[in-house]
Amino acid sequence: MSTQVVYQRSRGLQDVETHYCPGCHHGVIHKLIAEVLVEMDLLDSAVGVSPVGCAVLAGNYFNCDFVEAAHGRAPAVATGIKRVKPEMLVFTYQGDGDLASIGAAEIVHAAMRGERFTTIFINNAIYGMTGGQMAPTTLVGQKSTTTQAGRDPLQHGQPIRMAEMLSTLDGMAYCERVCVADMGNLHRAKRAIKKAFTLQQQGVGHTFVEFLSTCPTNWGMSPVDAGKWVLSDMAKVYPLGVVKDVPKEEKA
Amino acid sequence: MSMQKELWKGNEAIAEAAIRAGCQAYFGYPITPQNEIPEYMSRRMPQAGGVFVQAESEIAAINMVYGASAVGVRAMTSSSSPGISLKQEGISYLVGANLPAVIVNMMRGGPGLGTIQPGQADYFQATRSPGHGDGHMIVLAPASIQEAVDLMWDAFALADQYLTPVMVLADGMIGQMMEPISWKRDQPLPEVDKPWAADGRDGDGKTHFVTSLRLKSADNERFVQDLAQRYRQIQENEVRYEATDCENAEIIIAAFGTTARIASTAVRQLRADGVKAGLFRPITVWPYPDQALRQLVLQDSVKAVLTVEMNLGQMHEDVRLAVRGDKPTPFYGRTGGMVPEPRDIARAAQEALQEVSE
Repeated sequence: MSTQVVYQRSRGLQDVETHYCPGCHHGVIHKLIAEVLVEMDLLDSAVGVSPVGCAVLAGNYFNCDFVEAAHGRAPAVATGIKRVKPEMLVFTYQGDGDLASIGAAEIVHAAMRGERFTTIFINNAIYGMTGGQMAPTTLVGQKSTTTQAGRDPLQHGQPIRMAEMLSTLDGMAYCERVCVADMGNLHRAKRAIKKAFTLQQQGVGHTFVEFLSTCPTNWGMSPVDAGKWVLSDMAKVYPLGVVKDVPKEEKA
Repeated sequence: MSMQKELWKGNEAIAEAAIRAGCQAYFGYPITPQNEIPEYMSRRMPQAGGVFVQAESEIAAINMVYGASAVGVRAMTSSSSPGISLKQEGISYLVGANLPAVIVNMMRGGPGLGTIQPGQADYFQATRSPGHGDGHMIVLAPASIQEAVDLMWDAFALADQYLTPVMVLADGMIGQMMEPISWKRDQPLPEVDKPWAADGRDGDGKTHFVTSLRLKSADNERFVQDLAQRYRQIQENEVRYEATDCENAEIIIAAFGTTARIASTAVRQLRADGVKAGLFRPITVWPYPDQALRQLVLQDSVKAVLTVEMNLGQMHEDVRLAVRGDKPTPFYGRTGGMVPEPRDIARAAQEALQEVSE
């Protein structure tokens, strides 16, 4: 009986087990980025910048170079890299606590300067690695270990929409919000990564892909329910789709 | 190479020296009294084929240095005391990731916003353990613009050799004044092989991962022990100091940077008044030249060693550690942005001698 390979690990990933929880979307998102790096033949010339958060070990999983940044500082680290190595494909991979809270200044100013790297922003509405505290992206009413009765807008404010906020900046060239909760969205997400990397190579400005992602462990949901919640609840607060596409607008 | 004298402002001379030494990227943020460094870099660095970015904060600037260094490029930042406090996090990460970098600190009087006048009160912050963790950086303390210029070559070379951040610890006096200098060293440092740099996979597909994270505590302890081994090498090989008129002196004045320069005038005045005074000036304040100081202090002729600083007595601790109670170790300091006068230092030396003879 002959065997036919219909699916295998991407060459863009190392042959190791990740530490991610069952049902967490980090693994799928890693795979999409890895596939794009392979398809664009970038494994030798790409460098990722990992955050502080669950993806802190991403450099052990990807089959390209990585630099681990201090909490929130990935956009500054990526700026330093891209400015001295403009020929490299540079991307950051940051969670919501990292990017929207402690690193808010760094991402705003990298986008303002139109830094020619790509931000992959993983929004799962919670602090995963530290055990489920409120993030700036936590939904109103959502329970976390620091909002045990649910997020109260009067006390904790309301969710911050980074994609929309950053798109007001002229340095932002391309900004899209995606998810991988079903097959249609997964394919759209991969196209968004590819478009962002392509536009980065064209030097048009900052490129930003926000993923609505899951945290079944800290949400207290099954992996299946967590995926459904992304579409039913998160996507209402954080609408999926292209937020800004300057090259396309200029062409039109 | 030109030995002709040129008149340069300290901050601009330091920036030019960094470029001539081979610095390829500068990231900074405005703060007085070091603003001429980013200003000068903004126009000269692009001419020299390098990178200049005005960062959104000192925190971002040091992390841009971290990024550039992680891909193998010589990079630096500069700031003054309050801004250096903000860089502590980034310096700790540079230590934790074995990354070379140069940081210039044009110290001003603190604490808090303090004043824009010269100070030396960041000594503890620079010489103990920058940021969190168990690290060190090499700290060079110039006493003139010429010395600051010359030390820029050493700063980048030491950073590359020991894979460590190096701080040039000067103050607003050195940054703001003008002096004649000559360009003794005009050649850029040679390129250094950096096989660890995350500048793309190797030919055999090997990846690089620059990180300061070692989750297993045994791995992390091993890393810190490796650092300690490197620090011992630095302590053995890189100690620098200048001892003037210390042979058979009855009093040794210990001072660094601008204060040492002022103290040298005090020593001349004391000598003119018949007091055998000498000056001990550490050039590396970490590693501290404690053995050299101790040997000089243990001479029978020495009755006391007077530490003089623009702070409340920070290097004084290193002097006392070196002397270990074998001789009196009085202190004279001005702080908060006030600069001591030579006559004040001379008087403090006279009083110290009087006290030990009583």
